[in-house]
Amino acid sequence: MGGTLVDPARLLEPGLDVAQKKRLADVALNAAKSAGASYADVRIGRYLNQSIFTREKQVQNIASGESFGAGVRVIASGSWGFAATNNVSEAGLAQAARLAVAMAKANAKTQKEPVNLAAQQGYGQVSWKTPIKQNAFEVPVAQKAELLLAANAAALANGANFVNSSLFQINEQKYFASTDGSYIDQDVHRIWPTFSVTAIDRASGKFKTRDALSSPMGLGYEYLSPQAADKVAGPSGTGLVGYRNSYDILEDAALAARQAKAKLTATSVLAGKYDLVLDPNHLGLTIHESIGHPLELDRVLGYEANYAGTSFATLEWRKKNIPYGSKNVTIVADKLQPGSLGAVGYDDEGVKTKEWTLIDQGKLVDYEKIRDQAHIVGQKESDGCCYADSWGAVQFQRMPNVSLRPGTAKLSVDDLISKVDKGIYIAGRGSYSIDQQRYNFQFGGQVFYAIEKGKIAGMLDDVAYQANTQEFWNSCAAVCDQSDYRLFGSFFDGKGQPSQVSAVSHGSATSRFNAVNVINTGRKLG
Amino acid sequence: MAILSKDEAQALLKKVLTYTTADECEASLRGRTSGNIRYARNSVSTAGAQDSVSLAVEARFGKRSGIATCNEFDEATLRRCVQRAEEIARLAPESPEYVPLLGPQTYLSPPSAATTTLTPALRAQAAADSMNLCAAKNLTSAGFLDGGTSFRAMRNSKGLEAYQQSTNTEFSVTVRTADGRGSGYAIADVTDPAKLNTKALTQRAADKATGSVNAKAIEPGKYTVILEPAALVASDDLSLLGGLVGGLDARSADEGRSFMTKKGGGNRKGEKLFDERINIYSDPLNAEVPGNAFDGDGLPTQRMSWVEKGVVKNMYYSRYWAEKNKVAPTAYPNGFIMTGGTQSTADLIKGTAKGILVTRLWYIREVDPQTLLYTGLTRDGTFYIENGAIKFPIKNLRFNESPIIMLNNIEAIGRPVRLAGCLVPPLKIRDFTFTSLSDAI
Repeated sequence: MGGTLVDPARLLEPGLDVAQKKRLADVALNAAKSAGASYADVRIGRYLNQSIFTREKQVQNIASGESFGAGVRVIASGSWGFAATNNVSEAGLAQAARLAVAMAKANAKTQKEPVNLAAQQGYGQVSWKTPIKQNAFEVPVAQKAELLLAANAAALANGANFVNSSLFQINEQKYFASTDGSYIDQDVHRIWPTFSVTAIDRASGKFKTRDALSSPMGLGYEYLSPQAADKVAGPSGTGLVGYRNSYDILEDAALAARQAKAKLTATSVLAGKYDLVLDPNHLGLTIHESIGHPLELDRVLGYEANYAGTSFATLEWRKKNIPYGSKNVTIVADKLQPGSLGAVGYDDEGVKTKEWTLIDQGKLVDYEKIRDQAHIVGQKESDGCCYADSWGAVQFQRMPNVSLRPGTAKLSVDDLISKVDKGIYIAGRGSYSIDQQRYNFQFGGQVFYAIEKGKIAGMLDDVAYQANTQEFWNSCAAVCDQSDYRLFGSFFDGKGQPSQVSAVSHGSATSRFNAVNVINTGRKLG
Repeated sequence: MAILSKDEAQALLKKVLTYTTADECEASLRGRTSGNIRYARNSVSTAGAQDSVSLAVEARFGKRSGIATCNEFDEATLRRCVQRAEEIARLAPESPEYVPLLGPQTYLSPPSAATTTLTPALRAQAAADSMNLCAAKNLTSAGFLDGGTSFRAMRNSKGLEAYQQSTNTEFSVTVRTADGRGSGYAIADVTDPAKLNTKALTQRAADKATGSVNAKAIEPGKYTVILEPAALVASDDLSLLGGLVGGLDARSADEGRSFMTKKGGGNRKGEKLFDERINIYSDPLNAEVPGNAFDGDGLPTQRMSWVEKGVVKNMYYSRYWAEKNKVAPTAYPNGFIMTGGTQSTADLIKGTAKGILVTRLWYIREVDPQTLLYTGLTRDGTFYIENGAIKFPIKNLRFNESPIIMLNNIEAIGRPVRLAGCLVPPLKIRDFTFTSLSDAI
C-alpha cells in the first residue's frame, strides 16, 4: 500500500504536533501568496499502513509502511498548480509553494477559462477523528496474524484445500490549511480483513473459490470482535450471515469452505430472465459502478475521457427527466455515516462534509462535486468530495459514500423472497465489468441460490447477470427495511492518470430486481 | 540523485552490506526520474515531475527474514535501515518456503536506446501538438503522456551484483467529436522518446472518432473479429494476452487451481493448447522491447519460449517451487513477444469477407479462472467489415470469451507492433463471442 517500510512500533509514534504543522502550513501559504497565488492550500500528511498476508498455516508477509510529506496547491493567473515535497521544513514547504505557483503560471498559457472556485468559509483551528474503539496498530502483529491463521484453520477444517487471508489497515494523519482561514487536523482509520478459500476436485481438475463476506470499514480493530447484535440472518436455507459493524471471520471462513465445496457440484444455471434478489454485500458494487461513478461530475464533463471514461448521465440527459430508477430507488450521497469508508469531518480542500440526495424516488436530482465544479451546475457550494491518496498526489473529485435508502415499509429478506416465483439470490462481490459510459454491466457474485415458488431451492453456479443501468434500476421492485441495511465497501477504487486509489462505502438493504438477463458462464476447454 | 550509475549504486550497496551482522543480507536500489502531463477538453489539467530513489535491505537469520527501506542515504540512516531489517527478521516466524540467496550470476545486457530526454518543455509541446490538432477540427482530446528513466541495482552477501538502467515513455489519447457521438483512441509506448509522434497518433484517434459517428446496432453473437494490439495487451489493466501469459504459473496449476491444471493432478506443460501458428516467447535482448536483465530475486532472464507451435513449452517456477519440484527456476519476464506475419491491420481488413474491427477492449475482468473466461467491452472505434473494407461503425459490444478458445480460432496473424512493453500482432479470429450491446460511445 505504499510508503517506506517501517518497524510496526513506528506506526504508534506521534507525528508533528498541531502547532508545528500550523507554523509550517503558514510558511507555505505565505510563500504562495508572495509568489502571486490568489488561493493556496497545503496538506501535510502522514500516511500509515500495515498489511498482513497468510496462506494455510503460514504467514507470508507483514509490511508496515509510512509516508510523510506535504503537497501545496495554488491558483495563480487563474490556473491550478501543484507541487509536493518530502522535505517538511520551512524551506521545503516555501520552495514547494513557489514551484506550485510557477506550475500554475505555466499551465495558464493553455487554460481556456480561469478556475472558478466556490466560496468556502474558513473554520479556524478544528479537528476530527474516526470514532474508533481500538486502533488496529496498537494490536500486536502476532495477535493479528494468529487471527488470520485461525480463520485459515477454520476453513481447512471445513473442507477447504487452500486459503489465503489478509488484513489491511490504514491511518491517514492529515493536516489541511488554506488561505480561506481553515486549519484542519484529522485522524482517519480504515480496516479490511478478507480471505479467499479454494476447494478442488483433483480427479476432474475442477476448482471453486469463495471469498470473505466482510466489508472494508472506517473502523478500528473492534470490527474483528464479533457482536451478536451486528449479525443479520441471511435467507432461510442458505446459512448465510450478514455483518454490520463487526465481523466474525472464523464463522465466515468455516461457511466459505463448505460453500466452496458445495459449488463443485452445484447446478449450472439455465440462462434466461430471472427476478434477482441481491444481498447488500453484492448490491453495493452494482451501486458503486452504475450510480456512484456515472454521477461523478468530472466524468460527466469529460475530464476522465482517456481512462475511466465519461458518463451517460450528462447534464443534457438530466434535463430530459428520464427515470434513472423506479420509485423504490432513492440514492443518497454522504461523507458522514459512522463506520463508513468515506466518513471524514472535512474533505481534502477544506469543505465540511454533508449528506445530499442524488436520486429521489427514481429521478436524478444531483451529482458529486468539488469546489471548482459547483458553478457548472449552478450551485454555490461544494459537496465535499475532494480527496488525494497521498501528500504527493493532487486532490481531485472522488466518489462519496453512495447508498440506497432502505424501504420504509416493514420487509424482511424471507418476506421478500416469499413473493418471488422464479429467481436467483446472489451474495458477495464477484466478477464485475461496465462500459466507459456506464450503460452496460455484467456482474457475478460469490454464492448463488435458486428461488422457486418463494423459497430457496438449492445452490447454483456459473451465474452472471447483464443489464443496462437504467433498465436495471427501473426494475427495482422492492427494498427491504432498515433492519437489513448494511455497508459494502470498495477499498482500492482506482481513478485518474497517474492512478490514485480511494475507499468508499455503499449501504443498502436486500433488494429485488425483476426480469434481469442471466447468462451461463460455464465453458468447456478441449 | 534519482539515477545512480552502476559504480555509484554498487558502492552504496557495498557500504550497506558492511553494516550487517545477519546470516544473509541483500540490498537493492531502485530509482526513477519521470514526468507527466495530462489534458482533457483540449486543455492541460495536471502536470508533474517525480524523482525517487529507495533502498530495500533484506536481512536473514536462518529461515527468518525482515525487510526495511529508506530513501535517505547518509550513514546514520543506512545503518538504521539495516538495523530495522535485522530487528524485523528476529521477530519474524521461520519461513517454510525459505530458499538461500543467490550467489554471483551472469547477466545479459539488454539494449538501452534512448537518445532524447523528455523535458517539461517537450512534454508540453507533445500535448500541445495533440490538443491543437483537435481544437482546429472541432474535436475534443483527452490524453496522458508519462515517461522517464529508471534504474535497478542489487548486491548481496553471497556475492551477487546486478545493475540495469532503462527508459520508457507511454502516450495515449482519446478523441471525441464535439457532439459526443464518435470516439477514437490511439496509444504507443517507446523506449526512445524521440520516436514518439503525438500528432500522428492523435490523427489516428481523430480519424476513428469521426469515422465512428452514427454507429449501427448489430445482433450480439459469434463474429469474425480483427483485434488490434490495443485490444490484446494493456499497461494499465488486465488484457486478454497479458492474462494468459501471466497465468502460466506452475505452482497454482500443480495445486489444482488454474486453467493449466491437469485432470488427476499436475499441470499441462507440454500439451498443445493453441493453434499451431501461436508462438510466444520473451527475449530481454530484443531491440524493440528490451527487457529486464534480472528479476526481483536477482535471477538472470534469458530468451525463453512459452508457447511454440501451440504447445506450452515452459511455465513460471518460483525458486521455491522449482526446488520443491527439482526443476530450474524461471525468471519472471516484464514483457513477451508473439510472432506473426507481415500483414498490417489494413491488410487483414482487405482479406476479410465479413467481420468486426476492434480498436480497444475495456474493463476486462476474469469471470471463471477454470477456463480463463473473461468479459469486457469494445471501445473507441468498432467497425463492421464487408468484402475487404470497413462498411460502417457499429455500437460497442460486450464479449465473454476465453483467450484459450480465442487462440484456437485463429484465421490470420498480422505484423507484430510494440505495445505495453510487448510485441503483439493484430489477430483475426473467428467465432469471437459477443453477448450484449452497449450504448456507450
